[in-house]
Amino acid sequence: MDRSIRIHQDINITDALMARINELLSHYPDDKRKSALLPILHEVQDAHDNWLSVELMDKVAEIIGIKPIEVYEVASFYTMYNLKPIGKYMFEFCQTSCCAINGVENLMDYTCDKLGIEVGKTTADGMFTVKGVECLGACGYAPMMQLGDFYHENLTPAKIDQLIEDCRAGKINMTNHGTEDITR
Amino acid sequence: MAQKILLDKINVPGIKGYEVYRQNGGYASVEKALKMTPDEIVEEVKTSGLRGRGGAGFPAGMKWSFIDKKSGKPRHLVCNADESEPGTFKDRFLMEYIPHLLIEGMITSSYALGANLSYIYIRGEYMWVFKILEKAIAEAKAAGWLGKNIKGSGYDLELYVHCGAGAYICGEETALIESLEGKRGNPRIKPPFPAVSGLWANPTVVNNVETIAAVPWIVMNTGAEYAKIGIGRSTGTKLISASGHIKNPGVYEIELGLSVYEFMNSDEYLGGMSSDRPLKAFVPGGSSVPILPANLIYKTANGEDRLMSYESLSDGGFATGSMLGSGGFIVYNDTSCIVRNTWNFSRFYHHESCGQCSPCREGTGWLEKVLHRIENGHGREEDIDLLWSIQAKIEGNTICPLGDAAAWPVAAAIRHFRDEFEYHVRFPEKIKNRDHFVEEPFEKVKHLIAKATV
Repeated sequence: MDRSIRIHQDINITDALMARINELLSHYPDDKRKSALLPILHEVQDAHDNWLSVELMDKVAEIIGIKPIEVYEVASFYTMYNLKPIGKYMFEFCQTSCCAINGVENLMDYTCDKLGIEVGKTTADGMFTVKGVECLGACGYAPMMQLGDFYHENLTPAKIDQLIEDCRAGKINMTNHGTEDITR
Repeated sequence: MAQKILLDKINVPGIKGYEVYRQNGGYASVEKALKMTPDEIVEEVKTSGLRGRGGAGFPAGMKWSFIDKKSGKPRHLVCNADESEPGTFKDRFLMEYIPHLLIEGMITSSYALGANLSYIYIRGEYMWVFKILEKAIAEAKAAGWLGKNIKGSGYDLELYVHCGAGAYICGEETALIESLEGKRGNPRIKPPFPAVSGLWANPTVVNNVETIAAVPWIVMNTGAEYAKIGIGRSTGTKLISASGHIKNPGVYEIELGLSVYEFMNSDEYLGGMSSDRPLKAFVPGGSSVPILPANLIYKTANGEDRLMSYESLSDGGFATGSMLGSGGFIVYNDTSCIVRNTWNFSRFYHHESCGQCSPCREGTGWLEKVLHRIENGHGREEDIDLLWSIQAKIEGNTICPLGDAAAWPVAAAIRHFRDEFEYHVRFPEKIKNRDHFVEEPFEKVKHLIAKATV
């Protein structure tokens, strides 16, 4: 089944999420609540299987106190908001110059062949999406990709194999809370 | 060893955290600044000759002096951390490994501008860095460097980090402001400039991460000392993000005026090429600036040594020069295909155009389309002139510089590598494989074009 036809999403604004939303709103003057829209959409998306349905965007509009269209036009402008369901693990390969001259296209072919999907598609089990994106600012460590909050750099087919295996085993850390000491 | 002022403490263990940063002289510039008048700090920055490190190279002190103080409206400092220029990854390095340097620079600079509410706008993809900065801000606040009446000075400042969500255009300062207001990143028509009407129509200064991070050193050591570093109007140090076919890719802090030859070949820096394949081309300042062929890299057209400075890299204008830009230094060896690389850049600009101005929205699409067909063996002889004509119609005809940035790499590629485009058009069967120059570099097949000319 093509998951992209699913349009309904269970909306669950937990107390913790609402607290975070209120914290973000507090970063801007009281009459400029709309300014918090981008950060709030990130938080809400993270808490909802990494995509934004129309219902969810309407909910965000209601919370902030702006018109739904103001949310739609923003969500459709920025590439990081997913307007349809995606895989649990989205491999976002940087395709721009340095990654390209360091073989990212061949690496994407390798990944897609291994997962049995095309670029932009999701595996039938909903586990993996492979996407090509533009420069992620890691040119010196090419080829690379983003997975959740993190960058995976200097990629090789062997590293891709390992990542896929780790994702399947649930061993991949997707979010950083600002405390991990990141070394590469 | 060259002088370092931004990354000098980068290897101190624990420098990411507040305590170690403070023990190593951190936040001293705030203490000193709070005893100075804001105008004195602006004067120091003017004297330093510090230029905007995001790419445009506009004098930072002058930009600061434009901020409207007469209207009585609240003022804002916004740090541009939307680093998205292909080839550039220096700001991320600085924020990730020494986040408090940026926070300190934001406090000192906000005080100089009389801003009481400031933001760091970071690209959404750098989400882990966003969280590092949030933590650093919380630590600074807990230590009394932010909030009301900072260290008893009577000065108040709130500082927040705000994340984007994947749009190169938000690196343009007015698009960034739109985005910070919770809107699409459509650049505004200037004037009015942000210094008069920026964030929420208040006077606003937008500065790059690296620019703001240089301010603490300037306050501590004076602008005159800063101006002694570097060469001519290229004062101070610059972070260079080096990538491509080189031995040691990474982020380097250099004194402006270092020779390109030394930067490329010394072991302290890039250590030469990554393999025995020869140097073919380089882009010195991010994808937007003109690419230069090997013969114009180490020497300018009139035979002078090419230096890592704003002036020397642009020596010769676009005919034989380029630009320092953001310091995104990309090196290509002879396995790289200039046509493919130019198509890659054009795809990037097409994807990132906000769509407001037709020359850019339509033009970037045509550039990508025509380059794609040349690279894939369906090019026509007249396509090269067509590309030239399209880029010329974009340049200068758009609200923001993204149009120029899309046009320049195409113009430079045709200017310096026209024969490579001709080869693609005339020998489509030889470029079928995407890695066509890996097995057979262009130098080896170049002679075919001469034979094929009617």
